Amino acid sequence: MNPIYASRRRRDIVVRALCFAAAAFGVTWLALILFTLFYNGLAGMSWQIFTQNTPPPGASEGGLSNAIVGSLIMTVIGVGVGAPVGMFAGTYLAEYGRHDRLSPVIRFINDILLSAPSIIIGLFIYGAVVVPMGGFSALAGSLALAVIVIPVVVRTTEDMLMLVPNPLREAASALGLPRSLVIRRIAYRAARAGLITGVLLATARVAGETAPLLFTALSNQFFSVDLTHTIANLPVTINNFVQSPYAYWKQLAWSGALLITLAVLALNIGARLIGSERTAK
Amino acid sequence: MAFHGSAMEQAGSHDRARALNAFRLGDRAFYWITRISAILVLLLLGGIIVSLIVGSWPAIVEFGSAFLTTQRWAPSAEPPVLGALSPLYGTILTSAIAMAIAIPVGIGIAVFLTELCPLWARRPIGMAIELLAGIPSIIYGMWGFFILGPFLANTVQPFFIDLFAGVPVLGSIFGGPPSYLSLFNASLILAIMVLPFITAISRDVFATVPPVLKEAAYGVGCTTWEVVRHVVLPYTRVGVIGGVMLALGRALGETMAVTFIIGNSFRITPSIFAPGTTISAAIASEFAESDGLHQSSLMLLGLLLFVLTFFVLAAARLMLLRLEKKAGKQA
Repeated sequence: MNPIYASRRRRDIVVRALCFAAAAFGVTWLALILFTLFYNGLAGMSWQIFTQNTPPPGASEGGLSNAIVGSLIMTVIGVGVGAPVGMFAGTYLAEYGRHDRLSPVIRFINDILLSAPSIIIGLFIYGAVVVPMGGFSALAGSLALAVIVIPVVVRTTEDMLMLVPNPLREAASALGLPRSLVIRRIAYRAARAGLITGVLLATARVAGETAPLLFTALSNQFFSVDLTHTIANLPVTINNFVQSPYAYWKQLAWSGALLITLAVLALNIGARLIGSERTAK
Repeated sequence: MAFHGSAMEQAGSHDRARALNAFRLGDRAFYWITRISAILVLLLLGGIIVSLIVGSWPAIVEFGSAFLTTQRWAPSAEPPVLGALSPLYGTILTSAIAMAIAIPVGIGIAVFLTELCPLWARRPIGMAIELLAGIPSIIYGMWGFFILGPFLANTVQPFFIDLFAGVPVLGSIFGGPPSYLSLFNASLILAIMVLPFITAISRDVFATVPPVLKEAAYGVGCTTWEVVRHVVLPYTRVGVIGGVMLALGRALGETMAVTFIIGNSFRITPSIFAPGTTISAAIASEFAESDGLHQSSLMLLGLLLFVLTFFVLAAARLMLLRLEKKAGKQA
């Protein structure tokens, strides 16, 4: 064979092998992380986790029920506050603001907020909510999560509304429907699956957020549903338990981590299924 | 209004006007709700900047520009001496090592997924990589703390320490005793975390290359590597760089994956196996128990981090925007 051909082929084979190795490397990490997570998490799984509160230091009995409830409360409030705001803002960008000179600026700022470090959001809420309110609270934690939800939902809402074909809107307008009803009855309905996907992805994003809760919601050793006080939550509980010297706390941290990961994976997969249903139609 | 029905005529112009009025009111209300929400996004950014500046003002007044060049971090000294040099150093060093590992591997996976992988396996592997991006960072952190840290300290670090022992510069970079908590361990966890971002974006921008270009190159006898090197990468260069910058923004601000395993030591040592700290790790581990000037300095660290990531992310977005425009023109 011509030596130039041979060297080109050799180089090609080497690069292919490297790409293959890279893919194997990436998938191996996922497998390793999931394996250790399930192995250690399942070992401590029992009904206790869901029925008992977080144990005091050194105890060998207890669960995570207060942390699970606290996380659910804050996630629901965070998404409940953030998702409508994000959806309205996304609607403005995709529907009313197409020719507004402010829209590109808002879009750009939103994209930056989308990837801003979440610990900065925590500092912001500390200054804007915790200090004026006089203390750490579940409400502050929820608002921190809402601030993270907003840019995610703005982005997905805008993208999904842009996919709705214009003739649909024009047909509705031609029948005399006011603009707001064109959006609510026609565009929202056509983009419904995509909008739900966006909210699910945003929920998955905040479900495991830890950094913004460290100094907004703090944590609480006891069961509490009071929004004006500190509240127990899974991420911060895991954070505290991982660095503790007690074996049982570490065990609970693994179980809590498994619960969060399962929730996040389920939300992600659910979002994908709903999203792909739409494209299949 | 040429299509008035007879029923409408009978209903009278009064009712009709009222109904139209109600419509108009709802219309305006909806418009303003969406518009105010959109402006709220701008206010959020403004609020973040203002609250960070207000919070860090005492530290700015006290330390001024010396904050950037002071290595000592002694909040309980009299008077307190606080400097950002070592967290800044840790942030930039860990991100740089993480990107050095994640960029080639991430792009390699993207090439594998778009050019080499059999069709049936593309979706599952692509989805696995994307799920990796969805796992909360605290999971990476505790995995690094319990599993990866001990593994590195017992096998990988001793190997490098022995390998470079006695070599002038490398000997001190890879020097010192192996440690569960180190800058190197944090960098590796960061690399694993940002890998999926780089892969996902590279894969998306590789998909924008018109098939005709690749087919033409294959048609004149190019190998896969030559097509990637001379057609795909030049065509998507801006997008890939944008994706890399986005991942860099993530790495700079990542908190929970790093805090557990970096050691929270405010010292700059030549060895990457020594403990260190990053801006986000320092804030995460000290903020809740801080007050006064100490807290204000942590806020100032946060402001520095925000400015740093803002520029990186803005550059990333501008590059991706340019690519979108290019793709739009061709469509």
